[in-house]
Amino acid sequence: MIKFLSQLGRYFLLLKKVFSRPEKTSVYYKQTMHELVSLGLNSIGIVMVISFFMGAVITLQTAYNTENPIYPTYLIGLGTRDSILLEFSSTIVALILAGKVGSNIASEIGTMRVTEQIDALEIMGVNSASYLILPKMIATLVFNPFLTIISINVGIIGGWLAGTTAGVITSEDYIYGIQYAFIPYYIVYSLIKTVFFAFIITSVSAFHGYYVDGGSLEVGRASTKAVVHSSVLILLFNVILTQLLLS
Amino acid sequence: MIKVINIDKSFDDKKVLDNVSVSFEPGRTNLIIGRSGSGKTVLLKSIVGLHDVDCGEIWYEDVQFNKLNFEERKEIRKQMGMLFQGSALFDSLTVEQNVRFPLDMFTEKSLDEKNDRVNFCLNRVNIINANQLFPSELSGGMKKRVAIARAISLNPKYLFCDEPNSGLDPLTAILIDELIKELTEEYNMTTVVNTHDMNSVMEIGEKIVFINEGIICWEGNKDEILKSDCEILNDFVFANALAKQLRKS
Repeated sequence: MIKFLSQLGRYFLLLKKVFSRPEKTSVYYKQTMHELVSLGLNSIGIVMVISFFMGAVITLQTAYNTENPIYPTYLIGLGTRDSILLEFSSTIVALILAGKVGSNIASEIGTMRVTEQIDALEIMGVNSASYLILPKMIATLVFNPFLTIISINVGIIGGWLAGTTAGVITSEDYIYGIQYAFIPYYIVYSLIKTVFFAFIITSVSAFHGYYVDGGSLEVGRASTKAVVHSSVLILLFNVILTQLLLS
Repeated sequence: MIKVINIDKSFDDKKVLDNVSVSFEPGRTNLIIGRSGSGKTVLLKSIVGLHDVDCGEIWYEDVQFNKLNFEERKEIRKQMGMLFQGSALFDSLTVEQNVRFPLDMFTEKSLDEKNDRVNFCLNRVNIINANQLFPSELSGGMKKRVAIARAISLNPKYLFCDEPNSGLDPLTAILIDELIKELTEEYNMTTVVNTHDMNSVMEIGEKIVFINEGIICWEGNKDEILKSDCEILNDFVFANALAKQLRKS
């Protein structure tokens, strides 16, 4: 318990350092642009691939498990839309990004720690925590909502393609289903969750990387811890945010 | 002038520095020597503020450095350059960007002015036509020289070098030593070098401090070190077979 509280204290102290005034805005801006490409644009591919196949699977699963003639077939489209919108594109994509982006951040910062690059920054008088973490945080907070929107669209397209190709639903029914009883607030709900999850992924992973002590073995461990802790926190906050936003 | 007065440093229950007091003068190459694990690196990192000392004082001219907070230390840190054991070049930046980094961060110069300064520093350490290479494409000696170029890019008043010769062949090591000595004289810097390399001691040791188990056991220069009565120091200095033979003859 004491160890947990001590770690929690270190985490918040790190955040305080991260959000202190940047030394030079132009350098931070350049670094943020670099991180937008590295953590944002470079994640589009994996998000699209996973969203497409998940959308396809959700449609097929819904179709094969609701074969009762009482249910109109357009409900398959509705089910796919709501599954993607409410949970998949925010939570599942965040879990995937915790693996990809989180391990990337923890190993990058951890390697910088063990090779004394962070010490080199400190010696120069640079706030290393802010310089290394803040641009990553801004980049993910700004870009992850776009990833969620891309994921929603690609997932729904994947569902349509799989459903119509497999012959479980007609194109008209699917399109009617995804428009039926649509609640726009669900998009807001999904984007709010995405922003929270982006913060968790970046801050928790950066925390584990920043405080690595040792060598390459510890960097690997920190990377694993970053993914595990981020994932657990994403699931925990998913419950809390769902209760707060949908109740 | 850097002054260290009665500093202690412990990690958990292990005391690594015990009541250490020493001063380093400007325009001279000051060496901290000692066996591996003797506390050299901890002393150097305490002096530059990477480790907070348990007690004692660290003075840069008339400012007590260890009493300042991170923001207040910035002004002194802008006058420091440090060469790390593993060079600590930023992997994601090219040689040019590495050397330009302190200029980007702390000056308002134009890009042309900064590039002129980068080229000057790289030429000074004999790095030619390597501006666009990444650290992973450089040899060990080149990395050290680029790290020195980065350390001097802001014209520092204080230069710290942690094991500058580790992993280098004897000839390259001598070149790095000579470069550090030349730069120290050229810019009248206060240079502190951590080393256990006796070649370095004999090449550039204007002031030498011998540390053993966290305690300073001896201070002197490269001429005095060979005539010392300090037994622990003699065991260190004349550790290899060649040195032992020379001592006998």
